Amino acid sequence: MSDGELLVKEKEIVVPGEELARGLGFLPSKGTYRNGESIRANRLGLVEIDGKVIKLVSLSGCYLPKAGDVIITQVFDITFSGWRLDTATAYPAMLGMKDATSDYINRGADLTSYFKLGDYLVVKIINVTSQNLIDVTLKGPGLRKLQGGRIFKVNPNKVPRIIGKQGSMVSMIKLATNCKIIVGQNGLIWIEGTPQEEKVAVDTILMIEREAHKSGLTDRVKAYLEKETGKVIENNPPVQR
Amino acid sequence: MTYKKRLDGRAVDETRKISAKVGIIKNAQGSAVFQIGATTAIAAVYGPRELHPKFLQNPDTGVLRCNYNMMPFSGHGERVRPGQNRRAKEISMVTEQALAPALNLKNFPNAVVDVFIELPQTDAGTRCAGICAASMALADAGFEMKDLVVAIAVGRVDDHLVADLNYDEESYECDAGVADIPVAMLANSGEITLLQDDGDITAQQLKEALQLAKKVGKKIYEVQKQALKEKFTGEEK
Repeated sequence: MSDGELLVKEKEIVVPGEELARGLGFLPSKGTYRNGESIRANRLGLVEIDGKVIKLVSLSGCYLPKAGDVIITQVFDITFSGWRLDTATAYPAMLGMKDATSDYINRGADLTSYFKLGDYLVVKIINVTSQNLIDVTLKGPGLRKLQGGRIFKVNPNKVPRIIGKQGSMVSMIKLATNCKIIVGQNGLIWIEGTPQEEKVAVDTILMIEREAHKSGLTDRVKAYLEKETGKVIENNPPVQR
Repeated sequence: MTYKKRLDGRAVDETRKISAKVGIIKNAQGSAVFQIGATTAIAAVYGPRELHPKFLQNPDTGVLRCNYNMMPFSGHGERVRPGQNRRAKEISMVTEQALAPALNLKNFPNAVVDVFIELPQTDAGTRCAGICAASMALADAGFEMKDLVVAIAVGRVDDHLVADLNYDEESYECDAGVADIPVAMLANSGEITLLQDDGDITAQQLKEALQLAKKVGKKIYEVQKQALKEKFTGEEK
């Protein structure tokens, strides 16, 4: 019934301006736009077709802060009323005293007794304004100051693949390597374990980042982890948070 | 009518050999190299990041900042002083304006996206090569773009309209002189985003020259498209 002509295949990589479909039978979604008769790509990405809707999954690009996301940040400034955090984007986040602790803090108290410059914090975004001013909180499960371990950065577009469906991928890595892992939506990842275990975990995550757009990823990650750790990994590991 | 055949034997609408590659600089958000004949342009994109000094910030949208730089011994003549000079400033500015219509930075208010264009080797047509490389690098960096930008120099040597002038043609000496016209446009819509002219040309010839630019632009677009796709499909092997 559709009176449109599709010009690309599912999972095809397209470049900005490329024509994806012609006619009014298709609908433009994320990463695409309509120009007269045709639907064109708005960015570099992977085509995903869902019935009549065409959308693009981006392969590159920076993190856009969104309320509800858990991110890893670093304290780079301390103000009268809280801490300013580097979010690995163009915009700093603000952590107010009230969102950081339930302690009573005297006016003019030394805030470095809570968090010093350079400390890493796992925080949750509570609000983002139109000018991308970010408000964050430390109150919530799993939100805290990070001590020990190591931090590294990956492409934020690959974070969903690193976490996997309901956290399946990261749980598998945690179980296989005995590392504690926290993945921030902004692409910063914290890992703690023995040096050997940390290395396996980092290499695995970098492999996922490199190969995220190819199919059969879970099986390859499983094979890699089994080879590196010598453990047998069951197929549906219990999801742990 | 001293100019019968092109100096390097090309057809009038034939460009020099073009090649392109994307993702050549690992630490950049996006990067690309674009070669046309002996002219090589490398573009690297960094950002978005906070823009300083603060008065340059725009609360409505992100700012695109280009930096064009010819390397010291890249050209035919004397050593070029690298860094800012009047020519580099102008070209940086027209590059920004040529890319801006394709690019949407509305998601990044008060921030800046830096594009560094380096030219290790030049043989005329550098601003066009720079724009082609920068447009691929921005796409590689994942910014929202409604189209890719292609750029090519067309012009008149004596009484011939030609595409992609090299340095020998640009400096060809004859009574009628030479007109060198760099053109940039959006690849699919054909909207012109850069049009400069060095030399005399009639209105009729300019129209024909723009038609020629459009035709050649299509070929450049195919090269750019190929290069961008290869970055991802090439790894599968």
